[in-house]
Amino acid sequence: MFETLFSDPTVQFIAFSTVKILVVFGVVMTFVAYAVLVERKVSAFIQDRVGPNRTAPPFVMKIPVIGPFLVRCGIFQPMADGLKFILKEDFTPDYVRKVYFWLAPAIAVIPAFLTLAVIPFGSQLSAGPGAQKMVIADLNVGILYTFGIVSLGVYGIVLAGWSSNSKYPFLGGIRSSAQMISYELAMGMSVVAVFLVVGDLNLGKIVRFQAEHGWMILYQPVAFLLFLVSAFAETNRLPFDMPESESELVGGYHTEYSSMKFALFFLGEYANMIASSAMMVTLFLGGWSLPFLGEPAGSLWGGLLHLGIFVAKMLVMLVVFIWVRWMLPRFRYDQLMDLGWRRFIPLALANIVVTALVLALVDGWGKGT
Amino acid sequence: MSNAATTAPAPAAPPPVEKIRIRVDGREIDVPKTLPDWQGKPQATTMLQACHLAGCEVPHYCYHPKLPVAGNCRMCLVEFGTPVMDPATRKPVLNEDGSPKIARSVLPYEPQTPRGAIACATPISPGMELYPGSPATKQMREAVLESLLINHPLDCPICDQAGECKLQEYSVQHGQAGSRFVEAKVHKPKAVDLGPRIVLDDERCILCTRCIRFTKDIAGDDALGIVNSGSYNTIATFPGRPFDNNYTLNTVDLCPVGALTSKDFRFKMRVWFLRETRSVCTSCGSGCNITIGSREDTVHRYEPRENDAVNSSWMCDSGRLNYRWIGRPDRLQNVLVNGIKSTWKAALTEIGSRLTAAPAGSVALVASARQTCEELYLLKRLATRLGAVTDSVPREGEGDRLLVAEDRNPNSNGARLTGICYTEMGLQLPRIADGIRSGAIRTLVVFGEDVTLHGIGPDLLAKLETLVVSDILPNATTAAAHYVLPGCAHAEKRGTFVNVKGRLQRFLKAVEPKGDGRPEAEFLQELAAGLGVGGGHATIEGLFNQMAKDVPAFAGVEWAHLGDTGVNVPI
Amino acid sequence: MTKVVDRKPLSFYERTYVPALWEGLKVTARHFKRSVQGHNTAKELGEGYYPEVPWRVSEGYRGAPYLVRDQDGHTKCVSCQLCEFVCPPKAIRITPPGPDGPPADRPNAEKMPREFEINMLRCIFCGLCQEVCPEEAIFLEDHYSLTGLTREEMVFDKERLLKLGGVHAGTQKWKNKLEEAAAQESFPVATH
Repeated sequence: MFETLFSDPTVQFIAFSTVKILVVFGVVMTFVAYAVLVERKVSAFIQDRVGPNRTAPPFVMKIPVIGPFLVRCGIFQPMADGLKFILKEDFTPDYVRKVYFWLAPAIAVIPAFLTLAVIPFGSQLSAGPGAQKMVIADLNVGILYTFGIVSLGVYGIVLAGWSSNSKYPFLGGIRSSAQMISYELAMGMSVVAVFLVVGDLNLGKIVRFQAEHGWMILYQPVAFLLFLVSAFAETNRLPFDMPESESELVGGYHTEYSSMKFALFFLGEYANMIASSAMMVTLFLGGWSLPFLGEPAGSLWGGLLHLGIFVAKMLVMLVVFIWVRWMLPRFRYDQLMDLGWRRFIPLALANIVVTALVLALVDGWGKGT
Repeated sequence: MSNAATTAPAPAAPPPVEKIRIRVDGREIDVPKTLPDWQGKPQATTMLQACHLAGCEVPHYCYHPKLPVAGNCRMCLVEFGTPVMDPATRKPVLNEDGSPKIARSVLPYEPQTPRGAIACATPISPGMELYPGSPATKQMREAVLESLLINHPLDCPICDQAGECKLQEYSVQHGQAGSRFVEAKVHKPKAVDLGPRIVLDDERCILCTRCIRFTKDIAGDDALGIVNSGSYNTIATFPGRPFDNNYTLNTVDLCPVGALTSKDFRFKMRVWFLRETRSVCTSCGSGCNITIGSREDTVHRYEPRENDAVNSSWMCDSGRLNYRWIGRPDRLQNVLVNGIKSTWKAALTEIGSRLTAAPAGSVALVASARQTCEELYLLKRLATRLGAVTDSVPREGEGDRLLVAEDRNPNSNGARLTGICYTEMGLQLPRIADGIRSGAIRTLVVFGEDVTLHGIGPDLLAKLETLVVSDILPNATTAAAHYVLPGCAHAEKRGTFVNVKGRLQRFLKAVEPKGDGRPEAEFLQELAAGLGVGGGHATIEGLFNQMAKDVPAFAGVEWAHLGDTGVNVPI
Repeated sequence: MTKVVDRKPLSFYERTYVPALWEGLKVTARHFKRSVQGHNTAKELGEGYYPEVPWRVSEGYRGAPYLVRDQDGHTKCVSCQLCEFVCPPKAIRITPPGPDGPPADRPNAEKMPREFEINMLRCIFCGLCQEVCPEEAIFLEDHYSLTGLTREEMVFDKERLLKLGGVHAGTQKWKNKLEEAAAQESFPVATH
């Protein structure tokens, strides 16, 4: 009876989707926690420090060799951080607009996770007709969906800035709305060229195209650069962390937040980073494929290998995000706007035109008309 | 200033003032030939006054405009020059360009050394040139200051005068950073108990004799003098006789250094923390102008404020030290309804409905002549509306020839002018007492008085249906009251008083009221509005101007006209 | 003496940010590599890390301000309140003795504070109190780790400040004056 039920494709679909959602959510949450640790460790090493190396549950130091090593790596730091965020006093100032103040952190974190729904993080886990694609929602307008959701991310920050009813968060909110809208344009236009080359909006098909014809970064290096820089701006990472800018806005939009509500903003930022990395890997760096591993997996091990490849590429991109943060100073606001509007958007437009022309020429030659 | 309400006959057009043309630091200026001296008699204008008129202050210690000139501190030395006269023709000798030739003052046998004159005591003459800014003048000042500092102990950290000390100020302006004096300083007695209110530090004294002159010539008590000689000069009283008259603390104000300090203010607060608020003394009907020194809602001292129409630059010790009650811990701080803490809104609503219900003739009102004119005016309006008998309480004491008035109420004339009482105060009090006894008066409103001391005893108060009391400190009347409304001391509100001579003067707010206390004018307006008689002035300015329209004596006066020194009104 | 430094105009290549980015990546990568290879600045300097090895306070460090006593064990502060006046965050609160306060424990100084409080939560360790003090009675010492469980606990009172401050053997101005006055014999001097 159980088998008959499970052979029903609808039930199968629901079951697999649920499992995928849970797994992705769990993995991403872990990534977020450890991305913070990596960030702290990398920054420490870059600055000749040691970084977190003390947090240890009571029993760990008793384990010979491995225990102290793990502690020195700071493996347990994220757990302590999480615990601290939960236990801290959740303070809501008297003068804030309460409903929006509570709503903003949630709005900040949800889009980051929703974006991940359309990312193909692997090919499939087994061959055959019943094989499940390694993507939660295989939309044929995946990228449109992504941009739609990403645009919502700004609401969290703007709402936080406005509802805090205090000047620094307000300035942070204003900055972020201008910044995110500006760079969304550049980002969106840089991707248009990719679709021109592939001829499809489905992210799975884009990866498949790259597996067959080589990585998109080779066809569209300009688009990749534009997307990379815009991604920094969209995730509010240095050198574009204008909305937060601790040194001038004492934290910007999240100045008035504490405890778990603050943690949600933090979570949102890192989840956004992960989503952006995943997006870049999917669009430009061949997704789950490697030059010699282009075929969709035929077995469970092959599927897991693809999954691993995707995660590895994503981690590299994450490290780039972190590395850049500790290398570049913050842009001035006018420079940021100048870069977005006067350099990137024209460049992206030019890229589209050139790509279209080249494609037309190649097409024309190919068809001989 | 508007003089619409001034009763003093308009002074006859003053005779044309004879002017003398002199030059101060090269600038030509016409100054009057004579100016009033400390007694108001015309005297030849001095160089110091001329410099002052030219907008150039000459530093000085012993000179004080309200005291006889002594000329002993030498701080006001100024280099000057006089026009050269031809001995034969008695005409001024002219330079080649036609300007009069000026001979700079020099030492008789050392013509290369400039000689100064003490500006406080040297009269000016036509054509004179004064050089208060010249290098020679500067050098003279530096030398005098250095000489004064030779034996000065420099214990500014423990000196109460620090912050308002002329020695400190001039040292900054004219002094030297380091001392050249290598010998041991002469040490004199410190913390000498000069009288019940004065401490003397002889080391700090620069022997300007301001205190001696004040006590002798103003207070009329020749109590102080200088004993010993040379560096051992000290200020002293006659042996065995303390320095004790009612004006001793003025010498503390006069003392330019920290030699004479007040026992009351001793080590209490550094003067630079004190916020200065212009106010009026409430201890008697004279209404001496004062400056309240307060810090963070604590009143620390009163100081006299110059007003030649009232108190010159002085005030009496008894008035000056009468401020501690403002900060008393037992001040009324809560609105009480039948002894239970309530809110202003509830209490005022209840009082309003009770007063509205009271039949005409059953209400009496006793208001203190310590209340401000605005409050008395509002009370009078209230009383008129209720058909109430009103009166105030007289308070008499011994006066003196200088400042203290026999009338110890600060605003008796205000009470008379607003119609709270007749010219003779307290006539209605026995009638009110009889009314309560016979049951005709069943509602009594008391502001700022303890009526149990004035013929309306606790037994009578117990017979009342409604007893509304507003006061500052608890007493037998507030204990018997059905409604207690905590009021404000004068330092906690703004308002006006009319003194015994008819001077209408305003005072400003220095500290915040205690507890729930509110300015009486504020809640009286709310009460009056509830009864349909006025209210609605958010500020004391508006209320005052309204009162000035309604009270004949104040006709034409506006709050803005009062200034810091007030105006005269007909009484 | 204005020195004008001419700024070289950036070339197009430089204006693309690329060389600056590249240099930045190189520098950070170098440091990263060094750290990963096990270099450790603190160990190379022969020191350990903070809680185990207390931080070495250098000369002139501005730690918490405390009151000091003179070599005779007397309070040096005379309650002149200049520090209270100058204190930018208003962390210092002095209650002067007033006319009937306790006499100073130092002969001849006449005055000492009835209460002296420093709110260490407000203090910004700027050192203006030490600079302004005419009696050399308050010093920023080397305590840098101030913690407490309540706000009240972080308001240090006179006794605590004096205890933490220790002794400062400086010039005994008031004592010298008293001795000088006693030696002159011109006026009777009350010796305590």
